[in-house]
Amino acid sequence: MEAELLLDGVDLDFGGRQVLRGVSFQLRRGCLLGLIGPNGSGKTTILRVSAGLLKPTRGKVVLGGRPIERMSRREIAQRLALLPQNPGLPPSFTAWDVAMMGRTPFMGFLSREGATDRSIVHWAMEMARCRELADRRMEELSGGERQRVVMARVLAQQPSVLLLDEPTTHMDLQHQIAMVELVAELARGGMAALAVFHDLNLAASYCTQLAVLSKGQLVAMGAPEEVLSSRLLSEVFNVELCLAPHPMGGTPAILPPGPRGRLRTTKAVEAARGSTARRGEVS
Amino acid sequence: MEIASEEMNVSVRHRGVSWLGRYGVALLAILAAGGVGVMVGKAGLDPGTVLAILLSRLPFVDMAPWWPASFQTILWEVRLPRIAMGALVGAGLSVAGATYQGLFRNPLADPYLVGVAAGAGLGAALAMALPIPPALYSLGIVQWVAFASALLTVAAVYSLARVGRSTPVTTLLLAGVAVGSLAGAATSFIMYSQGDHIPVIYAWMLGGFNTTGWQQVALAAPPVLASTVILSLLGGITNVLQLDEDQARSLGVNVELVKGAMVVFATLATAASVAASGLIGFVGLVVPHVVRLLWGPDYRSVIPLSALIGAAFLMAADTVARTLPGPQEVPVGIVTAFCGAPFFLFLLRQQKRSVF
Repeated sequence: MEAELLLDGVDLDFGGRQVLRGVSFQLRRGCLLGLIGPNGSGKTTILRVSAGLLKPTRGKVVLGGRPIERMSRREIAQRLALLPQNPGLPPSFTAWDVAMMGRTPFMGFLSREGATDRSIVHWAMEMARCRELADRRMEELSGGERQRVVMARVLAQQPSVLLLDEPTTHMDLQHQIAMVELVAELARGGMAALAVFHDLNLAASYCTQLAVLSKGQLVAMGAPEEVLSSRLLSEVFNVELCLAPHPMGGTPAILPPGPRGRLRTTKAVEAARGSTARRGEVS
Repeated sequence: MEIASEEMNVSVRHRGVSWLGRYGVALLAILAAGGVGVMVGKAGLDPGTVLAILLSRLPFVDMAPWWPASFQTILWEVRLPRIAMGALVGAGLSVAGATYQGLFRNPLADPYLVGVAAGAGLGAALAMALPIPPALYSLGIVQWVAFASALLTVAAVYSLARVGRSTPVTTLLLAGVAVGSLAGAATSFIMYSQGDHIPVIYAWMLGGFNTTGWQQVALAAPPVLASTVILSLLGGITNVLQLDEDQARSLGVNVELVKGAMVVFATLATAASVAASGLIGFVGLVVPHVVRLLWGPDYRSVIPLSALIGAAFLMAADTVARTLPGPQEVPVGIVTAFCGAPFFLFLLRQQKRSVF
C-alpha cells in the first residue's frame, strides 16, 4: 500500500539554523502516528512542512503519490487537513460558520454551500462533539469548545491525511480522551493521522506508532512499546522519568519522578536551557 | 453519514433575516433616498412631474411636455447625475471599506488606509496647480490625474510592503501610512507654494458633488460597479481570511492572490470615487459596520449590502448637504459625519456585543 504522506530526507534551515535534519517517515492509511519531543524540537515545523505551508530546504514531501510543491493549495486542502495549535478565529462567526469553512476547498468561486456540504458539516460537528454549539458565536466559547469546533472544520474537509497539532489543548480530561479516541477511530476507519502530543500517556495509549523528535531529528520511531524506554525519554526530555506497567495492560505509563527523583544533573539542565534560548521557540 | 433531514433546517436559522428581507430593505432605502433626492431642492418637483419627465425620455412614449423646460434641465442635467454619482461613490467607498476591514481583520480600517486618499489628493493638486491648457479641464483631467495618481500610490505601497513572495498586512498598513504622509506632505507643499490655488484644491479635498455631470458619472461607474461585483463574489473567501492566513492557506485559499485582488479592486473603487468627488469621510468606515450590526458578519452579504446601503446613505447625505439653508452648500463630508456618527453609536450601544 502506498503511503498517503511521505517525507524523504527533509532538511529545513531557518535563519541560519537547522530546524529539521533528515526527517523521513511514511504515513499510511489506518496509521495514527504520534509525534513527541520537547519544546522547540521541531514538531510543529514537521506538521507545517507536511501541510505544504513551509518549503523544505532539502528533501521532498509527497502527498497521495504527488510531490506537494506541484499541487495547488486547493488540491492539497482536498486531501489534507491541519488542526493548528492556536488557531485565530473570528469572534462574531458562529461555530456553524467556522465548521462550514472546512468545505471551502470543495466549493466553487461563489462559495455557496449545498445540501451535501451541510450534511457533511452536520456529520463533522457530530463527530467532534460540538453539534450543540452550532449557533453559538466563537467569542462565547471556551478554549476546549473552540478546539472541538476547529476539529469539526478539519473533519468537514473529509481529508485522507489528518495533521493535528496538540489536539487536546485547553480540553478537560473527558474531552481529551474523547478527542484522541475520535482520532484513533478515524485512523482505524482509513485516515492517515499525524498528531503532535505533549501528553506522553495519551500518545502512548492511542497511537499505533510513535516518533520521537529531538533537536530537529527523528531519534526513534515504531510501536509505542518499542519506542518508550525510560532511557530514551529521559535523554530526549532531559528529566528522569519512571515507566510503570499500565494497570489495564498494553503500553507502559510514564510518570514524573516525584520529589524523590531529581533532575538529571544541574549541568545538563543548564546546558539544555542555554541551547533552548539560542534556538528560540520553534515548535 | 446518515443525517436526519429535519436537522438541515437548523443551519439556516442562525442566519437571521432572510435573503429577500435584507436586500428588500436595502433596495427600499435606495429608492427612498433617490426619490426624495430627485424631488427636493431649490426648485421643488412633485412626483408626478418627475415621473412624466422620466417617462418622456423613453423612446416609445409620446408625451407633450406640460412642464417648464427648466424642470427638464434641472432633473436631467443637474439632479440625476448628482444622485447617480452619490450612489456610485457611496457604494464604492462602502465596498472598499468592508473589503479593507476584512483584509486587515481590523474594524477601524477604512478605504483611505493604503494611500488612495493621499495619492488622489496629490494628483488633483498637481493637475490644478500645473499650467494645463483649460481645454483639458473640461475633459475631466483632474479626475483622470487624481485616479491615476491614487492607483500609482497604492501600487508603490503594495510593492514596498512586499517581503519575499508575500505581503504581510501589517507591513502593508505601515507602508500605507508612510507613503500617505509623503504624498500628503507633497500636496501641502504644492498648496503652500501655489498660494492662489489653495481654495480650489481645498474645496476639492473637502469633497462634494456640486459640479457633477454625466461625464464624471460615466468615468466613475465602470470601475466602481466592476469592483463591487468582483469583491462581492470574493465574500466567501474573505470570510475564510478572517481566520489567520495559515488556516486560510490550509483551507485551500491562494492567500496572496486573493489579497492582491482585494487591494486592486478596493483601490479601483476608492480611486474612482475620490477622483470624482474628493475626500468624503466616514461612509467607508461606518456603512459596513451598520450592515454587520443589522445582518451579521458574513462577507458574502456584507459586501453587496454595504454597496446598497452606502449608496442610499450618501444619496441622502448629499440631499441634506444641498438643501441645508446657508450662504453656500455644506460639504457633504460634514453631513456624513454628522448623520453617520450618532447612528453608528446608537447601533453600537443597542446591541452590546462585538460584531466584528
